Amino acid sequence: MKILVGIKRAVDYNVRIRVRSDGSGVETDGVKMSINPFDEIALEEALRIKEAGKAEEVIVVSIGGDEVQQQLRTGLAMGADRAIQVNTDEALQPLTVARIFAALAEQEHAGIVFLGKQAIDDDSNQVGQMTAAVWGRPQATFASKVDIDGASARVTREVDAGLETIEIDLPAVITSDLRLNEPRFVKLPDIMKAKRKPLDVVTIDALGGHAGNGISAGHHAAPDARSRGIMVEDAAALVGELKNRGLL
Amino acid sequence: MSILILAEHDGSQLNPATAKTISCAAAIGGAIDVLVLGDAIDSVAAQAASLQGVNRVLATSAPHLAAPLAVNHAAELAAAADGYSHLLGPSSTYGKDVIPHAAALLGVNQVSDIMAVDGPRAFKRPIYAGNAIVDVNVPDDQIVVGTARTASWKAASDGGSGSVEARPAAAEAAAHTRFVGLESGGGDRPDLQTADVVVSGGRALGSSENFELIYRLADKLGAGVGASRAAVDAGYVPNDMQVGQTGKIIAPDLYLAVGISGAIQHLTGIKDAGTIVAVNKDADAPIFEIADIGLVGDLFSVVPELEQLLD
Ligand SMILES: Cc1cc2nc3c(=O)[nH]c(=O)nc-3n(C[C@H](O)[C@H](O)[C@H](O)COP(=O)(O)OP(=O)(O)OC[C@H]3O[C@@H](n4cnc5c(N)ncnc54)[C@H](O)[C@@H]3O)c2cc1C
Ligand SMILES: Nc1ncnc2c1ncn2[C@@H]1O[C@H](COP(=O)(O)O)[C@@H](O)[C@H]1O
Repeated sequence: MKILVGIKRAVDYNVRIRVRSDGSGVETDGVKMSINPFDEIALEEALRIKEAGKAEEVIVVSIGGDEVQQQLRTGLAMGADRAIQVNTDEALQPLTVARIFAALAEQEHAGIVFLGKQAIDDDSNQVGQMTAAVWGRPQATFASKVDIDGASARVTREVDAGLETIEIDLPAVITSDLRLNEPRFVKLPDIMKAKRKPLDVVTIDALGGHAGNGISAGHHAAPDARSRGIMVEDAAALVGELKNRGLL
Repeated sequence: MSILILAEHDGSQLNPATAKTISCAAAIGGAIDVLVLGDAIDSVAAQAASLQGVNRVLATSAPHLAAPLAVNHAAELAAAADGYSHLLGPSSTYGKDVIPHAAALLGVNQVSDIMAVDGPRAFKRPIYAGNAIVDVNVPDDQIVVGTARTASWKAASDGGSGSVEARPAAAEAAAHTRFVGLESGGGDRPDLQTADVVVSGGRALGSSENFELIYRLADKLGAGVGASRAAVDAGYVPNDMQVGQTGKIIAPDLYLAVGISGAIQHLTGIKDAGTIVAVNKDADAPIFEIADIGLVGDLFSVVPELEQLLD
């Protein structure tokens, strides 16, 4: 079985986000970029499935300009076997990304398309669900546990009401939640080895992915900021203050 | 304009997220219909019909819709979409699972987490964990599919008198996906997402035994209980209690953060709270930068004191 893993290049989760003063977007110049944290978890899980002898090949895929090769190399250093860059400079819509993943899944005869549950830049939380719809295959989103059992998988999902378990036949789309695993650290020799692993560049047109008329983003604004309030000395003062404000 | 809303429920009770989604729809304008999917859902359909602003409830009852499997539910939603200008659902885990799948079946993108409506096709939504708010526009020639950020909307009130119509299932059960079960973490405390008061504990609690302190304080306040991701990861409490970017986004009148540092991903979940109170032993903890009332102290003495004072 082959596993395709989606790797999105995103602003590192530790960076303090600043909205550009002209409202055109979020400042990304000179800002640290990383693999979207959920994708790192998806990749870790794919590698563990392979290490357990349940998959033969792990392929990392990123859609974007040449800068995404940096994150693909990190994915290769973590242990992926090869990488595919779907080259484009256009602003991507989730449906476009989903169509590309569905087309690649067909092309590669993938058993699992493993994605993050959401990208922490656009926070869309759509691509996995859309990939399943376009591909016509099962979806198991927000996974916190994945057991592969031959041609099917049992997936525990983090839902508002608790933990839901479903069983899906492969091939399928799975999206990772944070508690699925702790991704491994990349070691220096692995970074050297990753340089020799294959990284193919394909054009977006070759995958027929354009979703056409998409949702357009306009002005960006900083959120209303909450400001520092008052400090109280002790528990009694806190209770007094809450009573004053009519909250108790 | 006419809007179809996907109802969320547990088989017997309509989830309050539905009434909030109705408020979002009301801000858009036009007739509001609600689609209820499940098995033996007459009572849920009646609850939906009694919400202010609801025109018509479409109730699709079939055994394979009893479990909230996205493939099955999205197929029904997409099939019912014909003639509507907008499809909306709550941005709960259920809505997030089903609505994008339906959007893709309809060949359109989705507007996630609508927090404000500027026009029938113009919305505001948070990105970068709520650190930026972006204006988005949906082209005229396509159906608008979106999820409503529930913390941004007040629940529509009761007192409506919509009609209820049965709608036969449009699709068969997907054979490739099977529901196994739901393990529910919640007890009988007020629901985290609708409680007026929420008390949350963080890593500082140190164990599930110590988390009892939080439960006891919450019970004194009639509060729901939440937690930081660190507390969930450490196994002190179940996952459904996590508040934040990847947990629940909540908007209680009063939020007490106990032993929580105030990481940006946690703060995303409480931005809309009325009053934020923080108890932390570190005077430099980031939570104090946004807390309305801060108390520097050891939670292991402060919380029992609070409990006593509230007697
Ligand atoms: C992609 C991503 C998504 C995330 N999503 C979420 C999310 O949804 N929700 C979330 O909460 N986090 C989330 N996180 C994690 C987040 O970054 C923080 O790691 C987490 O919120 C920290 O939890 P904490 O405040 O309990 O722990 P810590 O940061 O360890 O803080 C513990 C605090 O307790 C204080 N303390 C210690 N002992 C005492 C005592 N005796 N009395 C009083 N105070 C004491 C300390 O001073 C400290 O401030 C996410 C992270 C990533 C990367
Ligand atoms: N440009 C991209 N390249 C590779 N994977 C992507 C890209 N955009 C989104 N994804 C995948 O889709 C997931 C969900 O993204 P989203 O729906 O945009 O929140 C991410 O976690 C990635 O796994």
